[in-house]
Amino acid sequence: MKPILGAAFAALILATGPARAAPLGEDGARHLLVRTGFGATAAEIARLAPLEREAAVDGILRATGTKATLAPPAWVDEPFFPFHKFAALPAEERMAEQRRNAERAFELREWWLRERLATPSPLAERMTLFWHNHFATGQQKVRSGQLMYRQNALLRREALGNFGELLREVSRDPAMLVYLDNAGSRKQAPNENFAREVMELFTLGEGKYAERDIREAARAFTGWSIDRDTGEYRYRPFIHDGGMNTVLGRTGRLGGEDVLEILLARPETATFVTRKLWREFVSPAPDEREVERLGGVLRDSRYSVKPLLRALFLSEAFWSSANRGTLIKSPVDLVVGTMHTFGIRPLDLRPAATASALLGQNLFAPPNVKGWPGGEAWINSATLLGRKQLIDRVFRGNDGMSEVAATQAPANAMAAEPQARLRRVMDRGLASYAVDWDRFLRDVGGGDAQGDRIARLVLAVPPGETPVSGAAGPELVRQLVADPAFQLR
Amino acid sequence: MDRRHFLAGLSAASLLALSGPARAQAPRKLLILVELKGGNDGLNTLVPFADPAYRRLRPRLAIGRDDALRLDDERGLHPSLESLMPAWSAGELALVQGLGYPDPNLSHFRSIEIWDTASRSDEYLDEGWLTRAFAKHPSPPGYAADGVVVGAADLGPLSGAGARTIALANPEQFLRNARLARSTAGTATNPSLAHILRVERDIQRSADRLHPGREFTTAFPAGPFGAAVRTAAQLAANREGISAIRLTLGGFDTHANQAGPHAALLRQLGEGLAALRGALKEIGRWPDTIVATYSEFGRRAQENQSGGTDHGTASVHFVIGGQVRGGLAGRAPALDQLDAGGNLVFTTDFRAYYGGLLEAAYGTPAGQEVGVAQPLRLLRA
Repeated sequence: MKPILGAAFAALILATGPARAAPLGEDGARHLLVRTGFGATAAEIARLAPLEREAAVDGILRATGTKATLAPPAWVDEPFFPFHKFAALPAEERMAEQRRNAERAFELREWWLRERLATPSPLAERMTLFWHNHFATGQQKVRSGQLMYRQNALLRREALGNFGELLREVSRDPAMLVYLDNAGSRKQAPNENFAREVMELFTLGEGKYAERDIREAARAFTGWSIDRDTGEYRYRPFIHDGGMNTVLGRTGRLGGEDVLEILLARPETATFVTRKLWREFVSPAPDEREVERLGGVLRDSRYSVKPLLRALFLSEAFWSSANRGTLIKSPVDLVVGTMHTFGIRPLDLRPAATASALLGQNLFAPPNVKGWPGGEAWINSATLLGRKQLIDRVFRGNDGMSEVAATQAPANAMAAEPQARLRRVMDRGLASYAVDWDRFLRDVGGGDAQGDRIARLVLAVPPGETPVSGAAGPELVRQLVADPAFQLR
Repeated sequence: MDRRHFLAGLSAASLLALSGPARAQAPRKLLILVELKGGNDGLNTLVPFADPAYRRLRPRLAIGRDDALRLDDERGLHPSLESLMPAWSAGELALVQGLGYPDPNLSHFRSIEIWDTASRSDEYLDEGWLTRAFAKHPSPPGYAADGVVVGAADLGPLSGAGARTIALANPEQFLRNARLARSTAGTATNPSLAHILRVERDIQRSADRLHPGREFTTAFPAGPFGAAVRTAAQLAANREGISAIRLTLGGFDTHANQAGPHAALLRQLGEGLAALRGALKEIGRWPDTIVATYSEFGRRAQENQSGGTDHGTASVHFVIGGQVRGGLAGRAPALDQLDAGGNLVFTTDFRAYYGGLLEAAYGTPAGQEVGVAQPLRLLRA
């Protein structure tokens, strides 16, 4: 390792763990920013560095809003297109409607990516995405841009609000009712899909209930449906099973709302959610004693999210040097974080949305109701090469474009590959994703120490491979972003 | 440097000297696993049309006697599986019935973990069952990889650090990008970084031994599964060997309005496997290939009120290959003896199925990797 970088990172490691009352410094500021948002610029780091932990964390928590700052696509206010009308369409119009749904899902992804870049509160967007992953719902099955948008607005509204409220609302959310088949669940033979996942994935966690609890809860949720013409939530008493049932030891004529309260009353629910937040913000290996303590914070605040996040961000584990750079960037982290850090602001965000999808995180289309597994599962040989390809395209500038064309496989060999078209969209579109080097280097500043400052801005941990000696400016950045350490935050 | 890396660096000749004379046994076969993601409805795959209980349990979804592709007087395949009938007639298709495990778990995620790690229902294992098998009985030196996962994010039975597994969509694209992988010699204490470094090394080692895809006269079906099957055929044609390939066909979680989507999925499966058979015959690899399906569970015996089926337990799976002993294997669960949850009671432990696959493909005594003593016999004598 180049001595100068080595010294910088040694200083970073030594600098962690001091009293909370000291200023964050640039490394601490960077850490807080990349963990709570998407990437960090030199200017943002400079603003936060003089603050103490508590002041910095409180500032970030205070800034969170409940609404997106950018207007959504105009069609979100158009009336919902009823499923029964869809089924009655002639084949050709049905195809057109399907294409329109797919296109709208892309427009939502672009809007959400743009919001992440524009928002004054990246934490609110990170938490909205966290809940999208927790209450995972996919447009392939919901087939309505309006319903997906309404759910997204709900997730954002309660992103740092109240988990209990969020659970109650999501359980009546039309997109969720369609996605987990509850909309058609009737007393004669209840559909167990939602009843199972609400326990396994949304509240208690696997193994904390019996199969019988699921069957009984499924009866309680019968009748929670949607209006077939408006797509709004509608309770249908005639298909609701109003009989006696027993869920987790409680017996009565339980309705769905009673089941949710039973689930919220269990201590497992708070620790389950807390453990997942730990993996999002702190490290891949939760400290179970800390999870218990923090779960208590969530319970004591009656599921208010902010006090828990505050306790999490002020925990020793959050700042521990051993936990820095231990989280693998999600595709959204990589794409949005890179664009934000390097000031890449293209007009068209479709290539970015496509890149995230190709790397394994297609927003509004999680692989299943468990969401994206995350962590090490983000990286296999296919996705790692995809990430490297993306980075290579963005940072190599225009001089490499002819090579892209030359290495493109013949069209016929690729025709059978369904991702090929998306890949071409991304390749072509990324030509306009350029780093403004003059501005980037000016913002980093640093004169003789610029190499240091660049390395500490770009990477969370020292590079695995020493940059070629003498590399500076754009060339140094190219080497650092190609390093495995760039995949970490 | 770990042992495998060390072995990979030796020439074939020096290795022979190391390991003594090659073991006298059948040549190593290629195992192609196909995951039917979401839980395939076994009862509507291999249809017990003669059983009155079947019609009673499936008033809306039952496949009629005249619609099923009859295999004998009691059972037939779903009509969408027509393209598998030539393999059936040739005695190359086995249907292994009643596969499951004691104390079944009905969560997708936990149950596929049980299948992927070949664990007991109450046991948590970190590595996939194939990974454990390859850690113990490595692929021959010179192989391009132990396993290749095609077109899926999770590595399933090939997950874990004990095997050399790569994931790709197709070989051309993999090789085009492999030049971007770096050889970082170091190891890392940060587990996330260590994982990335390992993937990076596996890419480089496999890239040296993979060759861009060959063309086939066999036509592959359109769509993602057809593309994955084409990739599998290309990998089977690779000069340097590959021990196992895993493909995925998703969408089997048919809780509502199951009939149409399930038929379409089985059609994709049948046409894909038929194309694979054609392509592997074309390159002479069909006799030494075994294709086998698996899924986290089957579905509830009784259909639900939404025209679908909820999560279930035991199910039937396909094994197909040039030397596979065709026919119905195992015993179908009795439809009038369901468990307390209304689910089928398994008749053959899936670990015996896996043991049979390991033995048939690699000749390895399989007991320990998958925790069973009696593997199923899947090949013709």
